[in-house]
Amino acid sequence: MIKVLHPGFYTSIQDMGRFGYRNFGVPTSGIMDSISGGFANALLNNHKNDAVMEITMIGPKLVFMASTYFVITGAEMSAELNKNPILNYKRYPVKNGDILTFGNLKNGIRCYLAVSGGFQSEIILKSRSFYAGITSQGLLKKNDVIFFKHQVINQTNDQQPKGTINTKIPFYDAIIIEVFKGSEFELFSSEEQKKLLSVIYTVSNDNNRMGYRMEEEAVKHTKSIITSPVLPGTVQLLPSGKLIILMKDAQTTGGYPRVFQLNEKSIAILAQKRMGDKIKLKLITGL
Amino acid sequence: MGNYQLTYKPFGESAILIEWPQIISKEILNDIRVFVAKIEYKNNENILELNFIYCSLLIIYNSKNNCFNEIKNTLISLYDNEMIVTVKSEKTLWHIPVCYDEKFGIDLIYLSSEKKITVEKIISLHRSVDYTVYGMGFLPGFLYLGGLSDKLNFPRRNSPRLIVPKGAVAIGGNHTGIYPQSSPGGWHIIGNTPISLFDVKKETPSVITPGDEIRFKEISKEEYEVIRIAQKQGSYELKRVIND
Repeated sequence: MIKVLHPGFYTSIQDMGRFGYRNFGVPTSGIMDSISGGFANALLNNHKNDAVMEITMIGPKLVFMASTYFVITGAEMSAELNKNPILNYKRYPVKNGDILTFGNLKNGIRCYLAVSGGFQSEIILKSRSFYAGITSQGLLKKNDVIFFKHQVINQTNDQQPKGTINTKIPFYDAIIIEVFKGSEFELFSSEEQKKLLSVIYTVSNDNNRMGYRMEEEAVKHTKSIITSPVLPGTVQLLPSGKLIILMKDAQTTGGYPRVFQLNEKSIAILAQKRMGDKIKLKLITGL
Repeated sequence: MGNYQLTYKPFGESAILIEWPQIISKEILNDIRVFVAKIEYKNNENILELNFIYCSLLIIYNSKNNCFNEIKNTLISLYDNEMIVTVKSEKTLWHIPVCYDEKFGIDLIYLSSEKKITVEKIISLHRSVDYTVYGMGFLPGFLYLGGLSDKLNFPRRNSPRLIVPKGAVAIGGNHTGIYPQSSPGGWHIIGNTPISLFDVKKETPSVITPGDEIRFKEISKEEYEVIRIAQKQGSYELKRVIND
């Protein structure tokens, strides 16, 4: 078990997402930066879909109540185990009573804590991903206890995974977000299309697991569509000219023109951006 | 050949958007349902998930095994294949109990004065129509209903309420709907249903699905309480009528 002494700013349990219920209006949810989250599970030889803790901006204070191994990946948040600094992308053994804390955010905005075998929070509609209204809570709160499978710490098999992992994940500095044309891209003139692709966008303070809104008013318009499906990574163009890039907790349908579609890697890159960060969209051509 | 000229567009790296003529119509919705039934009947393991609403169908496929054109061609031949129409032509009509008492219908008086129609008339216009479920979205279990009387068309509130209670029946623009859980919302609240439309504990979380129809049945405050308690105990069954 792990107990939450302090929940941090926005901490939740996520797996790869909730699939098969879009037609009931249920969002995908799941790990925002699936590259970093995936690394965390891989470093522990976990299953790809095992649930991890997604930690945003200000980390929690946690106490382990059983022995296991853990790994932190993604954003660097000055994590400490029993007040000793620890590294991301490195496996650590822990025992009952060990305390994990987080400090200053150095880069990115989301980090992932994985334990051997994954966190065993409730499964609702085939997923452990927190989403308010589907799971009984949307965020971890003080005194929550989450189960994991007790793991015997054995010095002889306590080997770090072979090879090195570049902890300076290059994408924290990336400003290029690769996109496909969206289904309404062709509704816009070639000048408007060029404009949409040439603007350097700024992440606004309206950014969360549902979507990232950009500051710039790129192309004002009056086009609307009959409500139609959307996905995580769908880029909607509001009449004001601003872009909203839908993220993992986004609703399943929308009525704004869909001008671009991000792929999973682009969603992961964007998921590490925060207010004020710049991005530029680059069209992926050919299919 | 299928009934409509469809367009197939790539939607990112592993999805395909199929569009019918962009019109809200029961015929198109039914055509989508038939197509979806064929897809589900074929049970193609590379088709992972689908989502349809109004005149669009999104299909998420396994892009590791298939390219866009392969899936597109599979779908085109499936749409045109008349041999495997297994979908039942029947429609399910659900009777949704709604209490329009002012206790729940907190915007009825406001709507009445703005629209210059009596509260009784608003209620009778609202419950005299069979609404078509064109899809779900906005919130888990939220039904997009078509068929609201033009006389009840009324713009959304300028500032949304922070909390609209679960079960609220409301009007926003030319739509009417039921809030499956409490949430912020900008629609005008005219009543409340005691039944839960969305239950995450069930494998099929909503018994009502796109393509079904619903009719609102007016109930009193007393009946509301009885149904609410019966539903809580699991002894309430939603009335359904199957029409061919």
